[in-house]
Amino acid sequence: MVERSKVRVVIAKPGLDGHDRGAKVVARALKEAGYEVIYTGIRQTPEQIVETVIQEDASVLGISILSGAHMVLIPKIIKLLEERGIKPNEDIVIFAGGIIPPDDAEELKKIGVAEVFGPGTSLKTVIDFVDKAVENLKRFRA
Amino acid sequence: MGSLEPLIEKALSGDKRAIARLITLVENDEEKAREIIRRIYPHTGKAYVVGITGPPGSGKSTLLDKLIKLARNEGHRVGVIAIDPTSPFTGGALLGDRLRMQRHSTDPGVFIRSMATRGSLGGLAKATNDAIKILDASGYDLIFVETVGVGQVEVDIVKTADTVVLVTVPGLGDEVQAIKAGLMEVADIFAINKADREGVEMVYLELKMALEFEREKWKQLGWEPPIVETTAFTLKGVRPLWEAIKRHREYMESSGRLKERRTFRAREEVKTIIASTIAKKIEEMLARGEEGELIGEVVERKLDPYSAAQLVMETLKENLWG
Repeated sequence: MVERSKVRVVIAKPGLDGHDRGAKVVARALKEAGYEVIYTGIRQTPEQIVETVIQEDASVLGISILSGAHMVLIPKIIKLLEERGIKPNEDIVIFAGGIIPPDDAEELKKIGVAEVFGPGTSLKTVIDFVDKAVENLKRFRA
Repeated sequence: MGSLEPLIEKALSGDKRAIARLITLVENDEEKAREIIRRIYPHTGKAYVVGITGPPGSGKSTLLDKLIKLARNEGHRVGVIAIDPTSPFTGGALLGDRLRMQRHSTDPGVFIRSMATRGSLGGLAKATNDAIKILDASGYDLIFVETVGVGQVEVDIVKTADTVVLVTVPGLGDEVQAIKAGLMEVADIFAINKADREGVEMVYLELKMALEFEREKWKQLGWEPPIVETTAFTLKGVRPLWEAIKRHREYMESSGRLKERRTFRAREEVKTIIASTIAKKIEEMLARGEEGELIGEVVERKLDPYSAAQLVMETLKENLWG
């Protein structure tokens, strides 16, 4: 297992959605589990989120959206990451949470989101997922 | 180590992803840190370092957000290292300073990096020093280091800055006592933030009184730490602090004290590297094999702690930088 304290996670809230309790709860849970978590705050543009991932050299990006704009914002974020040479699942683990219908979740997984967590997902599930997912990243493979 | 060269080249030419990767490496990998710093050191020395510290809740990050803007307006390329505590229980950290400065994330002339204290054994100070050098070498000429001034390690980090700003706020109760011992003597500028609140005069007077003891010293050195009032809502509210920082920098440069401060910093850095390397090595040694058994013998009263330490140190000499 990858040492959690060496894994940096960015939790981001893109778009105009100001409901950040979920994002903060997940951020805190990951911290309690031993990860280093950078929380961007609300109302982030995709550009700001990508710059944060780059400057913080994050291995994991958690995107929280409750506003319904996920099919616009998440693909935009992924496109920008790829333009900067950061490939989902190779260089970074991307997961999403909030209000994302299952059909959209399937679409998002096709473009690089590793997992989508709906309301009611246990924190343990999220942590177990991150633990496992980072093992496949280039930088943590021996 | 050949594989580090392309990364270093990219960082030196300003590639942010490369810069960020180097910072991660100096945080995590002793050997690579050495190689990286050796390689980039000739490119450092151009940056001016400002330390910003103070109790939690004093508004440092919000102040910094405005300072970055003021500095950018005057053409500086700004680096920021924002340090937050690692939980001693879980080893994790929630790094939230960046949140208040996020609008600068997309400014090509700004680089913001959050760092966790990671339960240092000198590790944090070393990583911060190395990160500063990487930013310096990559072209950031003004670097802010923000720490919560509650731990000795954080104090040690800021006191090697070229200018040290101590931020406080009214209403903390027993204002000056809230400031960690050692910081009063080290601060070059005091900022009373949230100066729109009640109790500013009280803080001002307490600081002034505490500073009275240092009167003679300041007169000799030619710099009396100003106490500026700031409100971080607007650029205008932070301008007095920015102006004080610039004045202090002019003073440091024209009086020759900058050279003194940097000599002090260099000495502290070498000491920190030595202390951190040894501490890490000892921990590795004591966790395994023979040396670990020594501890068992100490517990069983077969060996006293001093003798055990001596034995470890003798082995250490051979094992240091293999």
